[in-house]
Amino acid sequence: MEFKYITTKFNYMLGWARKFSLFHYPYVTACCGMEYMSAACAHFDLDRFGAGWTRFSPRQSDMLLVVGTITQKSAPVLKTVYDQITEPKWVIAFGACAVSGGIYDNYAVVQGIDQIIPVDVYIPGCPPRPETVLDALLKLQEKVQKQEQEWRWKTRKF
Amino acid sequence: MLLNMGPSHPAMHGTIRIMLELDGERILNSEVEVGYLHRGFEKICENRTYFNLLPYTDRLNYVSPLINNLAYVMTIEKMLGIQVPERAQYIRVIMSELSRISDHLTCLAAMAMECGAFTVFLYKMKAREFIWDVIEYTTGVRMTTSYIRIGGVRADLYPSYRESLQKAIAETRKVLKDVHGLLDKNKIFLNRTRDVAVISQEGALSYGWTGPCLRSTGFYYDVRKAHPYLVYDRLNFEVPLGERGDNFDRYVVRMKEMEQSLRIIEQAIEKIPASSAPIMAEGIEPTQAIQASRTKKVQKPIRLSPNLEGSEKEVYKDILANDNRYIVSPKEDTYTSIEGLINHFQFFMRGHGIRPPQGEVYFSVEGGNGELGFYIVSDGTDRPYRLHLRAPCFHIVSALEYLIKGRYVADVIPTFGSMNMIGGELDR
Amino acid sequence: MAMEDKKILDELQKKFPGKILEVSEVFGDAVAVIEKDALSNIVKYLKNKPHEYSMLLDLTCVDYPERAERFEMVYHLFSFTQNRRLRIKARLPEKQPAIDSLTSLWSNANWLEREVYDMFGVHFHGHPDLRRIFMYDSFEGFPLRKDYPLRKRQPLIPLRK
Repeated sequence: MEFKYITTKFNYMLGWARKFSLFHYPYVTACCGMEYMSAACAHFDLDRFGAGWTRFSPRQSDMLLVVGTITQKSAPVLKTVYDQITEPKWVIAFGACAVSGGIYDNYAVVQGIDQIIPVDVYIPGCPPRPETVLDALLKLQEKVQKQEQEWRWKTRKF
Repeated sequence: MLLNMGPSHPAMHGTIRIMLELDGERILNSEVEVGYLHRGFEKICENRTYFNLLPYTDRLNYVSPLINNLAYVMTIEKMLGIQVPERAQYIRVIMSELSRISDHLTCLAAMAMECGAFTVFLYKMKAREFIWDVIEYTTGVRMTTSYIRIGGVRADLYPSYRESLQKAIAETRKVLKDVHGLLDKNKIFLNRTRDVAVISQEGALSYGWTGPCLRSTGFYYDVRKAHPYLVYDRLNFEVPLGERGDNFDRYVVRMKEMEQSLRIIEQAIEKIPASSAPIMAEGIEPTQAIQASRTKKVQKPIRLSPNLEGSEKEVYKDILANDNRYIVSPKEDTYTSIEGLINHFQFFMRGHGIRPPQGEVYFSVEGGNGELGFYIVSDGTDRPYRLHLRAPCFHIVSALEYLIKGRYVADVIPTFGSMNMIGGELDR
Repeated sequence: MAMEDKKILDELQKKFPGKILEVSEVFGDAVAVIEKDALSNIVKYLKNKPHEYSMLLDLTCVDYPERAERFEMVYHLFSFTQNRRLRIKARLPEKQPAIDSLTSLWSNANWLEREVYDMFGVHFHGHPDLRRIFMYDSFEGFPLRKDYPLRKRQPLIPLRK
């Protein structure tokens, strides 16, 4: 009984710490980049949610923010960057082109990045307003809080 | 040693790969690889009607979207020979100068941030938000508007535009003054940009440079003065020139151009002809009007819903040309009379709609980076046979390999930043 | 037709008899259709004084599959001293389309010709480095030709779902 109370409280503390200090890696390609810049700057601030630090190296970040259109030529690059991010990691698909290919249904565009990597939160819009981005960040924070951490503890015997 | 500045890199411009062959820190050879944002714009335009492909043109140079719209629409108007009303021309000038200011603000903000001046980035983004507020009140969207239509603009300016435009201009002037104080005589910034990546006038002409980058070498060419379009010949403005063609001159030319754009907007606000009918606040409801039109023709004015404000029928003669073949008929007519319905149907049905005569045309405007031109081949049907874009930053970036040869790795960043590479325009 | 345009086109026809196939004015632009072998000579003549068409604005290609000469190269030149534009077109056959390269005259022709090669498959004699620029090297086919379907994708890594 007591032991389970400690692990649930520990999970809660770990989730709380993780969700308010998300370091994101912005993989910026196209027009949505401008709305990303607006969301990160003074008017609509990402920093007040704890996600202000932009880490430009995949090893030092834990959230991949795919912003803009992904073409067939840059698909291997995206997969390499995703593989390099250390666990635990989350992915946000920002903008209509990252969610489903957007208005470009042709030979050169990947129809949604979930054909390449698993995605946690989808943000629709072309480009989405910064308030939508902040709402998506809050939803991701809920998801991070609730994530089970027991996979680390399952193999140990008590 | 081979170093790869790969497609996903911190410079906030877009995806481009620069492969460098280094000896210590000096660059011996380099190779630039583009195409990571090639979205097949030209092929997709062959499958869409002339009206349908307006949103695709927004997303080309996405920091100044209204200028791309303008270039495409003016090419079609040259082919069709339409005359646009004067108030619409002034509105187009105001919108395209606001886009040009937003383009230069973003380019210089990114360039300064990469050199380390993070404050400049935050200040300029603040000014850009005020400009985008004005654009949002007029067009409905912050970026990627499809506001400039064939024959005019989509909706008239909202009633209190003067106050918010003047606030945006005042805020931008304050920010420009602050940035001049922060960067102009800053020793670090000067060391990184003065006499770095110098190009001569002959070199720039041979690479096909136009726009602020060409004017920084001292060559005077501006499409707004050489082939004036819209009402630019009635407005007073100067074209700033640089001296040496290095990074610092490109920065200075862009800062001065923003001042001149603010001047143009102020003059346009003075000279714009008054609107012939105000945006209406009373009238009968649309549902009542539709019911009444079933028995007899509706006489009283109809009040449209708030998101169609500015596009009422009385305002149409200010903002759109008077030709039923090329413009969407007003919503009051579409829903209450049979002629309006037929016009609407014919405009949007497949195979009908805008059908320019056979032939080909090229028209160019002054974009944020230079001469932005559209070349359209039409075969008489409602879809273009071939549409080609003369992208100004394609020519500018093709000189990057020449500019960074023999310099240090750290010089690549301000050089690349001052060229204002926009991925959507470079790769189409 | 504007006076200066007519003068240029007449001078071209006098200097290169037989090589200029048609001259016309379309929607206010001066157009000249030439034989593909005479391209470098004509362009060199236009680049020097007195005409001084010193900038190559654009270089592109249009595909007409129903004609015998399928590809039509289009060049836009601009002269600052006279403030005029000129469009030059040259027609290429379907089998092995090839034409002279302009990289020795203008440096931006390098990338422009690579783009035309990538999208249409036209070869350029004398180009220093002719390879694909927008698509990846393992892409098969030329996307902007009319017989390439719009949605035919060739993924580089295996996509799921």
